[in-house]
Parts: sequence; C-alpha cells; structure tokens
Amino acid sequence: MTKFISVRSKSGSISCQLNKKTLYIFTILFLFSLLIFVISLSVGSSHIHPLAVIKHLFGYGSGEYDFTINTLRLPRVLLAFLVGSALGVSGLILQGIVRNPLASPDIIGITGGASVGAVIFIVYFVGAISIKLMPLAALLGATIVSIIVYSLSWKKGVTPIRLVLIGIGVAAAANAIVTMFIVLSDTFATTRAYLWLTGSLYGANLQDVLSMLPWVLIFIPVSLLFSRTMDVKELGDDVALGLGVNVQLQRLLLLFISVSLAGAAVAFAGGIGFVGLIAPHIARMLAGRSFAGLVPTSALIGGIIVMVADIVARTAFLPLDIPAGVFTSGIGAPFFIYLLYRNRNM
Amino acid sequence: MGNLFASTNSKVVGLFFSLIIFLFSFILSIVLGKTPITLQVAIDAFLNYDESVTEHIIITTSRLTRAVIAAVIGASLAIAGTLMQALTRNPLAAPDIFGINAGALFFIVFSATFFSVNSLVHYMWIAFIGAAVAAILVYFLGSIGHEGLSPIKIVLAGAAITALFVSFTQGLLVIDEQGIQSVLFWLAGSVAGRSMDMLLPVLPFIISGVLVALFLGKAINILMSGDDVAKSLGQNVILVKVMIGIVVVFLAGGSVAVAGSIGFIGLIVPHIVRGIIGTDYRWVIPFSALIGASLLLLADVAARFVIMPQEMPIGVMTAFLGTPFFIYIARRGLTRND
Repeated sequence: MTKFISVRSKSGSISCQLNKKTLYIFTILFLFSLLIFVISLSVGSSHIHPLAVIKHLFGYGSGEYDFTINTLRLPRVLLAFLVGSALGVSGLILQGIVRNPLASPDIIGITGGASVGAVIFIVYFVGAISIKLMPLAALLGATIVSIIVYSLSWKKGVTPIRLVLIGIGVAAAANAIVTMFIVLSDTFATTRAYLWLTGSLYGANLQDVLSMLPWVLIFIPVSLLFSRTMDVKELGDDVALGLGVNVQLQRLLLLFISVSLAGAAVAFAGGIGFVGLIAPHIARMLAGRSFAGLVPTSALIGGIIVMVADIVARTAFLPLDIPAGVFTSGIGAPFFIYLLYRNRNM
Repeated sequence: MGNLFASTNSKVVGLFFSLIIFLFSFILSIVLGKTPITLQVAIDAFLNYDESVTEHIIITTSRLTRAVIAAVIGASLAIAGTLMQALTRNPLAAPDIFGINAGALFFIVFSATFFSVNSLVHYMWIAFIGAAVAAILVYFLGSIGHEGLSPIKIVLAGAAITALFVSFTQGLLVIDEQGIQSVLFWLAGSVAGRSMDMLLPVLPFIISGVLVALFLGKAINILMSGDDVAKSLGQNVILVKVMIGIVVVFLAGGSVAVAGSIGFIGLIVPHIVRGIIGTDYRWVIPFSALIGASLLLLADVAARFVIMPQEMPIGVMTAFLGTPFFIYIARRGLTRND
C-alpha cells in the first residue's frame, strides 16, 4: 500500500497525485460542513431542534417549518456555502498563479470591479430594472476590471508581481468610483449600496441559489483539469516553462476561472472579504500541496467559513442582521496575520 | 532630468518657481468656482471688506478656508509620502496605499458610532492612534519572513490592512444607518465645507511634523545609503526611523482628521519632485510640500467643475489623477532588477 493515489488520463495531460491523508481530511471536512449546515438551519430568531431539521429535510416533518426552513433559511445557507466555496477556490488559484500567499480576489481588484458594477446598478437602475439583474451588473464589472488589470500588466508577458501591483492600483481606482457614486446618490441608495458592499446574504432566495450553482458546478471541476500545471508552477515559471507548460496561456485560463468564481460569488453576496485569502491557507495546512487535493478542501473550508460567519451575523445581535462580511473580515484578518507570523521563516 | 537643478543656486531658483506655482494655485482656488470672482474683487475682500458684497462673503467664509485647508493637507500628505518612500525604499509607499488613511478613518467611524465622540480634538487623537496602529501593523507584516522588508510584501500587507479596515468601516456604517451621512465626507475625502476650527487643533501637530521633516533631510540622505553605512557613519538609525514614523503618523493622521481619506497625493508628488531635483532630501522635502499643496489646490479647483453643478469629492479626483501614475510605476518595477 502506498501513501499516494495517482490519477492520470490516457494522454497524461491531466494528472495528479492524491495523498491518502487528504481523503480523510476531505471526508471529515465534508461531515463537518453537513453539521454546520444543520446547525445553520436550526438557529435564528426562532430555534428549531436539529433533529426536527433533519426530519424535515428528509421529508418526515409535519410541515410546520416549511416557511422558516424552505423559504428563509435553506436558500441562505446554501448560497453561503456556494459563495464560500467559489471564493475559496478562486483565492487558491490566484495564490497559485501569483505564487504569493497574500493574493486574493478582494486585493487585486476583482471585488472592486464587481462593486462598481453593482453600485452603478443600485444608484441608477434599481426601480427601472428588476433587482434580479444586479448580479449580472456585478459580474460584468468584475470581468471588465479583470481585463483592464490583465492588459495593463502585459509587457512582453505578464509577471505575477506586476499583476498584483496593477490590481492594487486598479482596486483603489474602483473604490474611488464607488465612493463617487455613493456620495452623489440619495440616502436610500447609499444604505443599500453599503449593505451590498460589506457582503450580506440577507434576503437570499432559491432563484439566487439556482443561478449561483452552475458557476460552482462548472468552474470548480474545470479547475481540477489544471492540477498538473498548478503543481508544476509551484516550482516557478522558469521550471514550468522548461517542463513544457505554456505559462502565459495557462495563466490566462486560470485567471479566467478565478475571476468567474470570484465574480459570481461577489455578484450574489457582495464583498465578503478575506475568505479567498484564508481558505487556501487553511487548506494547505490540512491537505498538503497537491492542487487536486487543495481544490475540494479549499471549497469546503470556504463554504464552512461563510456559513459560520452568516450564523454569527444572523444571531449575535438579534434582531439585527449584520452583514456576514464583517465577521469574515473580523475573524479572517487576525487569523491571516497569525498565519503570516507563524510562517515567517518558511 | 536630475541634472536640471543640480547646483544649489538652481535649486533655490527652482524652489522660488514652486512658490510661484503654489501662489498661483492658491489664487485660482479663491477666484474660480460656481460663482466666478475677479482678482480685483478678491483683493478688495481682504483690503476693504464689505459685508454687502456677496463675493466678499463667499471668499471669507468659504473659499479662503478651503484653499488654506487644501494647501496644508496637500503639503502634509506629500511630505508623509516622501518620508514613507524613503523609509521603506519603496516607490509605491504612500499613506493611502499602506493603509494609514483607512486605519485612521476606521478609528474615527468606530468612535463616532460606539462612543458618540464628536469633538474635533478627540477625532484628531483618535485619527493619530488609528494611523499609528495601521502603520505599525503594515510595517510589521511587511517585515516578517526571512528576507525582511521586501517591497512587494509591504505593498501587499498595505493592501490587506486597507481591505480589513475598509470592510470594518463599511460594516459599522451598515449597523448605524443614521451615521452614514455624517461620516460620508470623511470616506470620500473633502476639503469643502470645513471651518477653520477644524484645522486649528491639528495645525500645531502638522507644523511641527513639517519642521521635523525639514530637519530630518540630512539624516534621510545618510539613511538612504543603507542601514549599515548609516550606522558606521555614526547615525542612530533606529531613532531616525522612529522619528520618521512619528512624523508620518502626525501628518497623515492629522490630514485624515481634517479632510478624510485623500489618496495618491503622497504617491505622486515625491516622484515628480525626485524627477526634477534629484534625491537630496534636504531639498526634496520642501519641494514636496510646495508641489503637494499646489497639486491638491488644483485638484480641488478641478473638482468644482467636472460635474457641474455638483462637486466631485476631492478624494475621487486625486484617485483619477493618481491611478495612471500608480500603474506607470508598477509597470516600471519596484526595484532596479525587476
């Protein structure tokens, strides 16, 4: 019995190696996220016994929780999980591309671009067009800004450091544009825009979940196809180039996946910060360095973080519903500083 | 371009030119606006003030204060940026990029939300504390790891700390809906609608910061030749660095307390100045003060016209000016060998 399981396609273009330990970790995380899922459905302004929740989910409930669970809590919890897993994988890919543990979608301007799209929509189009189209505006903003960042970083190819620096600059410009629209708008739009900017799952409905689902179901598996590239890229661009990886093209494709995941997450839940930053870190602590193992682990951890943050956000200051983004930042930032400190000599 | 003002005499002439540019910007800031005022009327407003003339009232109650605040804040931010770029040896260093503005802002919004602080003197001290906390965090985060302080690490640390404080601030504003409108001007950064009373408590700190900065010029020149060289030349490197840090906190924190978060002035000005007169910090610092003041005055004038009849928040104006500049530096590379 070996410690590793190898998965390889016939041509060898898709190949990865999984540590068996990763499988255990994955199973444990999966069970843990189910546990959080049930807790999440049971707590809130009215508490429902966890056993009653499970009964209800399997269709043996008396129907008394139909409204609370089916309409109010289930979509919200599912969306939290989807958004978290999208952000986790997006951050994982980005940190791999840049080979720097400080990169994340919120720092290099993807979130900023989505914010510009969303705020323009809130200020000018809410009322005229259905609010349901807002995610589309956010996604459009994220895409445009990513294209701008990528093209500005191009100088006989894109280097990771240039990509991050330009991303930071463009993010600052995006924030200025957001501020401008907020200052020029009326109070109602201002409040609404802030709620969105901080990242909240308030008012999530089943439609949101169904719209978010394809992004996660398509792009996370697609990212697994790049396991071989990502594992090789760990060794540096030069080594990857020497091993026959088309570095620039692969980087563009990976960036596209990362932007799609982060853009979709931000579109549906606003600027939930630091999940893309810390989920991959925790995943690496638990599951080693094989990309194929890190993708599902980061997804689960991201999902768990956002679900937990949303539980706290809904219940800590009842009856107030605080944006979950405040808690992901509040927990995420100190943890992040601790991680940096712990790994200072690595 | 560094040779253009190589000799001391030419630098004195250059400084004189900057002074003229500054005075010109100051006058523009007083005469231009929604109500255009002729220069003659403006001079009259100071020499023979007449309460029945609307223009005179506009000048004394609004335009003059606004111009003075813009000049002071512009100079402070430019010097803060110059000192930070020297201290971290990083061309992208500036109070806004390294999270100092965001830190000061968060502390202000936090104390306004939870402790109902509304005295200006308190805001000022809170802004100093916020600026110091952010500065220490970013410097610490950027320095850990085996290679020590690296340019890319400290920029990322600055971005992460900015993201942290910004999201905290947004969270507070969501909790306290009434508070939003009252602190909104701080978020956007503005030099309009402030009374002189807002500047006065901060002014002693800013002036002493500027003076200390001017005296630090020679010490910074030595520091720039490397920590080891500076030490062997008998410099107390730690003391100089701590002094620079304190001056930055006073200048940047004080600016945020008066005018909110105004970005990019601290980034752009040192580059312009070093491009023109070279890297002698005894000269870079006074030049930065004058050019910074002029730039913010002109940005403020432009902010009155771009979206007439409304006014653009000045922080947005400077961001539009500064982003292309930031991208230019980022493309050029942070270190010589990039």
